[in-house]
Amino acid sequence: MAPAVFLLLVWMLVPLTMTLYFSFKRYLPLRGGDLGWVGFDNYIRFVTSSSFWPSVQTTLVIVGGVLVVTVVLGVLLALLLDQPMWGQGVVRILVIAPFFVMPTVSALVWKNMFMDPVNGLFAHLWKFFGLAPLEWLSQASLLSIILIVSWQWLPFATLILLTAIQSLDSEQLEAAEMDGAAPLSRFGHIILPHLSQAITIVILIQTIFLLSIFAEIFVTTQGSFGTRTLTYLIFQRVLESQNVGLGSAGGVYAIILANIVALFLMRIVGKNLDS
Amino acid sequence: MARAVTNQRKTVNTAVAWAIGLLIFFPVLWTILTSFKTEAEAIADPPVFLFFNWTLENYSVVQERSDYMRFLWNSVIIAGVSTLVGIVVAVPAAWSMAFVPSRRTKDVLLWMLSTKMLPAVGALYPIYLIFIELGLLDTRAGLVLVMMLINLPIIVWMLYTYFREIPGEILEAARMDGASLRNEILYVLTPMAVPGIASTLLLNFILAWNEAFWTLNLTAAKAGPLTAFIASYSSPEGLFYAKLSAASTMAIAPILILGWFSQKQLVRGLTFGAVK
Repeated sequence: MAPAVFLLLVWMLVPLTMTLYFSFKRYLPLRGGDLGWVGFDNYIRFVTSSSFWPSVQTTLVIVGGVLVVTVVLGVLLALLLDQPMWGQGVVRILVIAPFFVMPTVSALVWKNMFMDPVNGLFAHLWKFFGLAPLEWLSQASLLSIILIVSWQWLPFATLILLTAIQSLDSEQLEAAEMDGAAPLSRFGHIILPHLSQAITIVILIQTIFLLSIFAEIFVTTQGSFGTRTLTYLIFQRVLESQNVGLGSAGGVYAIILANIVALFLMRIVGKNLDS
Repeated sequence: MARAVTNQRKTVNTAVAWAIGLLIFFPVLWTILTSFKTEAEAIADPPVFLFFNWTLENYSVVQERSDYMRFLWNSVIIAGVSTLVGIVVAVPAAWSMAFVPSRRTKDVLLWMLSTKMLPAVGALYPIYLIFIELGLLDTRAGLVLVMMLINLPIIVWMLYTYFREIPGEILEAARMDGASLRNEILYVLTPMAVPGIASTLLLNFILAWNEAFWTLNLTAAKAGPLTAFIASYSSPEGLFYAKLSAASTMAIAPILILGWFSQKQLVRGLTFGAVK
């Protein structure tokens, strides 16, 4: 196992060390370069800058919104797909498709062909009902991003929850049905508890990926109209304004944040390894 | 399912499921349809759904104007080579952890997983700087390296879960029959491991193909794969819906087809064996 471990160790330690190093420096590659050590100055400035809290809020709204949409719809959709029907395989394929669409394509297709206030399909739909077309990405920017990202991640949630439902012992459900348990109580007392671990895993894995969504914002709003997430803010500090020290401090915050989520996920995965 | 189901209920299920399935698939369908329209039909008011003059013109225009083939080739090389190299690096690691586990195996596996969870943006500038120093910026070799490293934990994990399912008794039986270690690996283990390796290859090819943080930040005109090609349509070419659709269709079609074969592996690969 040595080569794989060695490569990953280098891949993790080298950037991490450099990010930590830069975060304690005033480092402006285009305006003077390395201007010396500044202690925790960058960390304080990153948190006290006027764009920090809004970016945290944006991140939480997007991650939370997408999680709610994908988990709720994912459970419903998984329950539906588990029912007997004709052409189940085809429906599964249709539902899973968005996951395989590359992020830049889905962002651009949604932005131009659906959300465009003049030629987008939503504009046509709104006009059909006699409403004024919405400028989605500026007037309802966060909702738009949540919609696009949820569309991409709903298949993932559905697929995992469906896999979990299918492993449910159907005899238990039949017994409950024979004892006269109503569908809703069967769902609440048997299906949902059975799904709880799968739901936890969906939430944790999606959170890790959603905390770092980038292309969807890069292609649609470029962080304007209140869609600047923590990831996007750090990207702008580091590559656009080339304030590497400040951006690196932000990067360290992002790493800490992701690690808190990761800790919970690892505990579940670790438990699974033992069994 | 053993329960008797009335035909009526099955019909309702089918209707509802198909309606929802088509609704979810609609953006993809709409993109594919629009790619066969003329620009005027693409923005027609009211929109036309099926009855337009089907044309392939957009596809040839996209190829001529923006050299689609070069981006496609970059995508194939970056996703393909990074996955292959990743597998070569990962097979020995997964193999030894699955067949000769030690007390540390679990810790190593979890640690590998944890490297996958480091936010990319935290490593952006260091990698950017290293790429400039080594002349890797906007090269396929650089992207292959990064893509291999970010998918390595998933590759090791997937292979590990597959290898662990190979029963140890078979090895013992082969040994009892006097098979040498070489023959044991060649004729007993390898055939049983091939399906798992193929699944791993497939899923990681897809993940690398669609990756859009490093590809957008580390490439420009030369080594850019299809993710970057599409991002370049964000303005003003993006207003030409038919051409945007043709370019998008060409970028997603290969992966949609591969993806449908990898549904099962998707669950295993992305939940690190926690859901099977």
